[in-house]
Amino acid sequence: MKSILLIAVLSALAQFFLPWWVVAPVAFGVCFFMANNPAKALGEGTAGVAIVWLVYTLFIHFSTGGGMTNTMSTVLFKTPNPAWLLALAPFLVGLVGGLAGLAGFYARQVIMPSARS
Amino acid sequence: MPIIRALLSLAATVALLWALNRPFGNVPAFGPLLSPFTGFWQNAEMPLPTADREITLGGTRQPVTVVYDDLGVPHVFAQNDYDIYFAQGYVTAKDRLWQMEFQTHAAAGRVSELVGERAIELDKFNRRLGMGYGAEVAEKAMNADPVSREIVTAYCAGINAWISSLKPAQYPIEYKLLGYAPEAWTPLKCALLLKQMSNTLATGADDFRMENVLKKYGPAITADLFPDYPVRESPIIPAGTPWNFTPLKTPSATQSAPATGKTPTLTSTRATQCWPEKSAGKNPEPEKLLSGLSTVGNSWPARNPDIGSNNWAVGPQKSATGYPILANDPHLTLSLPSIWYQIQLVSPTMNACGASLPGSPGVIIGFNKEIAWGVTNVGADVLDFYAITFKDNARREYWHDGKWKPVTRRIERIKVKGKPDVMDTVLYTHHGPVAYNTGAKPFRANFPTGHAVRWIAHDPSNEVKCYQILNRARNYADYRKALAYYAAPAQNFVYADVHKDIAISPNGRYPLKWKDQGKFTLDGSNPAHDWQGWIPADHNPIVKNPGLNFVSSANQFSTDPTYPYYLNWQFAPSERGRRINQRLATMQKATVDSLRMLQNDNFNLRASETLPTLFKILQTQTLNPAQQAALQTLKRWNLKNDVNEVGPTIFVEWNAQFMDAVWKDEFFVADSIPMKFPTFDRTMALIERDPSAKWFDNVKTPAKETLPDVLTASFKSALDSLTKKHGPMNAKTWGWAAHKSTDIKHLVPGLDAFSAMDVDMGGGTGIVNATTETTGPSWRMVVALGPMPKAYGVYPGGQSGNPGSPLYKNMIETWRTGQLNELIYLQTLTDKHPRLRGKLILK
Repeated sequence: MKSILLIAVLSALAQFFLPWWVVAPVAFGVCFFMANNPAKALGEGTAGVAIVWLVYTLFIHFSTGGGMTNTMSTVLFKTPNPAWLLALAPFLVGLVGGLAGLAGFYARQVIMPSARS
Repeated sequence: MPIIRALLSLAATVALLWALNRPFGNVPAFGPLLSPFTGFWQNAEMPLPTADREITLGGTRQPVTVVYDDLGVPHVFAQNDYDIYFAQGYVTAKDRLWQMEFQTHAAAGRVSELVGERAIELDKFNRRLGMGYGAEVAEKAMNADPVSREIVTAYCAGINAWISSLKPAQYPIEYKLLGYAPEAWTPLKCALLLKQMSNTLATGADDFRMENVLKKYGPAITADLFPDYPVRESPIIPAGTPWNFTPLKTPSATQSAPATGKTPTLTSTRATQCWPEKSAGKNPEPEKLLSGLSTVGNSWPARNPDIGSNNWAVGPQKSATGYPILANDPHLTLSLPSIWYQIQLVSPTMNACGASLPGSPGVIIGFNKEIAWGVTNVGADVLDFYAITFKDNARREYWHDGKWKPVTRRIERIKVKGKPDVMDTVLYTHHGPVAYNTGAKPFRANFPTGHAVRWIAHDPSNEVKCYQILNRARNYADYRKALAYYAAPAQNFVYADVHKDIAISPNGRYPLKWKDQGKFTLDGSNPAHDWQGWIPADHNPIVKNPGLNFVSSANQFSTDPTYPYYLNWQFAPSERGRRINQRLATMQKATVDSLRMLQNDNFNLRASETLPTLFKILQTQTLNPAQQAALQTLKRWNLKNDVNEVGPTIFVEWNAQFMDAVWKDEFFVADSIPMKFPTFDRTMALIERDPSAKWFDNVKTPAKETLPDVLTASFKSALDSLTKKHGPMNAKTWGWAAHKSTDIKHLVPGLDAFSAMDVDMGGGTGIVNATTETTGPSWRMVVALGPMPKAYGVYPGGQSGNPGSPLYKNMIETWRTGQLNELIYLQTLTDKHPRLRGKLILK
């Protein structure tokens, strides 16, 4: 839980200044130091970055009336249903965060095999 | 083992990042696009802020205050003229940056930079047309005048102030989808935008179609079927208006070229006969000039009758207020973001309000406290094709005036996204660029090869100066002064003022031509075929306060044949103009509303004038019950192209198929040898005066068809086509608006989600409400002059160019229903109006 929060806060702050893919090094780093098994690393990496995108996209979607989400949903998926985009964005970034978290955990095992198992 | 797991997971992460961070063909990079921090979400806009905002930019000389109204129209108050144009650039870019830049990229032949190699041929085409060359010439002319130079400098600085304030997250959505970034704005881009207008409005030419007609049918038939003045017409300058000048001597086409040198020249007797006579001597080697009905005589895009406009002004005698009222609706391709941007510009020297073109400083169609003005396209022949004879295949010299003259080469470097640059060499003669050499494969299959393009858009001009004066004009003398600076695309400038004067002038820079010069292709070696000087600006047609108490234009003939100069042999069909004049002639106590209603007039004058005759000729006894029912529908039609009427659907389709049936057999040989069809005006004259003319026979069949045969067969086939498309006749799918289906499309093809599709609109080609499938009134304005002008307007779009803004297409419904918004006209910063929202202060 602590890791999720840390990934969320760090990745959110970083994304205000850096490109979107900064979520990967953040998830990698946090899981490198804090994850204690691969499943947790995967889950925490995914949840930490996805939650930020989910909350922020939902905030923008609702505060602006959702018109742009519908329009872009039509551009990308030929349907004005915003659910697709609202789900796809966190899913994709979650995939990145999860894989990066997993990589962080395994990297730690290589570098410091005795630290945690 | 752990190391393999680590490497695998790391590799998977990097691969996913790579895939999400790059575009695949047309599919944009999903990572940055879907990120709520930088992607499209950032383009989702809330309604206009009502609170005041202050921005420190550093580019203005004194603080500028911009008051926005509820439609997002900026009312700009500056304390000096530099700042007013700076602020105009800034607020326009703020709303329309992508559109401005994309239009100039297109004009400059730079689309390949954005979309890759599929646009190379398009880019070459625009460059070979000399768009970039013309813009460079125009830029020089703008910079040569200190006033226009300062305006353009300020405007560019304002745009750049906005661009440099942007972070990638704030880029307009189109940049994110296409994956590029805005670049600095330059005066050249302002010039490119004006060239783009000339490209839209002053490139249509039928020279090659006519050349092929002449070759196939000879001068007598050509002159008979393609006369220089129509049967039905109501010219813009009313017949009988005196010409208050002594005309210059028109050049003669018979002036012979010096026949010196070893290569024979081409002589011409065109002027005396009004048609060209082919090479009298031997053709120069090695490139044959005109080789009969060959693919040399290929075609340029024909004139588009749907790109036109209406404007008029009623004098004080006709208006309810005792002051003039002026109306204008320019018909252009309907697009999003809209071509127009509403603005009010207030400085110590001006208070102008109306529609501007994003990328061009000043107000283009609008009003100030004392005058109002509007424009429609003139359609003068300001683009001609010259057959060029090169000395040899090296193409370093061409034959002109009895001498070999040097060819200039212009190297065009085309950047291509993801590929090496492409170099293209364009050959320039004194006429202009040779767009495609003989034997080359042009971008448009029917484009002329081996011909130089002589085009008004290649000549220096300073339209910025015209609008600088016009925006500040106080009376008729100022209006005349402004117009003298205007070159292209030539426009019918309608005028009205608070001093109760009205006027109209088909105005632009016109080459001084012999009669019919450029009706057919010209001989590039004969100096008599060159453009030889210009019609003086004060000899341009004009009428002030005519006895009719109104002035109007709808792209029809500028004048009757008494005008001592040649402008063109054809103009837009006269129906719109004649309908407007009929309505205005009977109108009394006109109000803003009566002129607004006229803008929305759907009456089909062509149908009303021709259907009674056509019904008499139609062989009704041969029609089946379904066809009889269609005929009855047509007979009961109220003759208006209204949304739900079935009549216009049948009439328009029948009209088109009838014209094809009459002319296609004789005037269509192959796609590569296009020929112009005679006009409907000429065809109708044939029906009324010479119904047994040989043209009604279909020469492709052994039988001898008559006019009734062709008319009836085309009626039946029109109904067959409609049935095939919409099912059996019914009010819903055969309804005019459903059949016509007007679309207002985004500038990027295929982005339907950013477009307004199937807008329910009446009107059509040749109708005052000229809304067709893709073109229509791109701005409608009515201004009532008086102690304080009252103005109204609307365009089919919105002030914002951002599809994520509530102001992107919010005005379409008002436009569709024929309503107008009040154009708020503030006098001071402290003026109150219930529709005003927040202020933006630029320091």
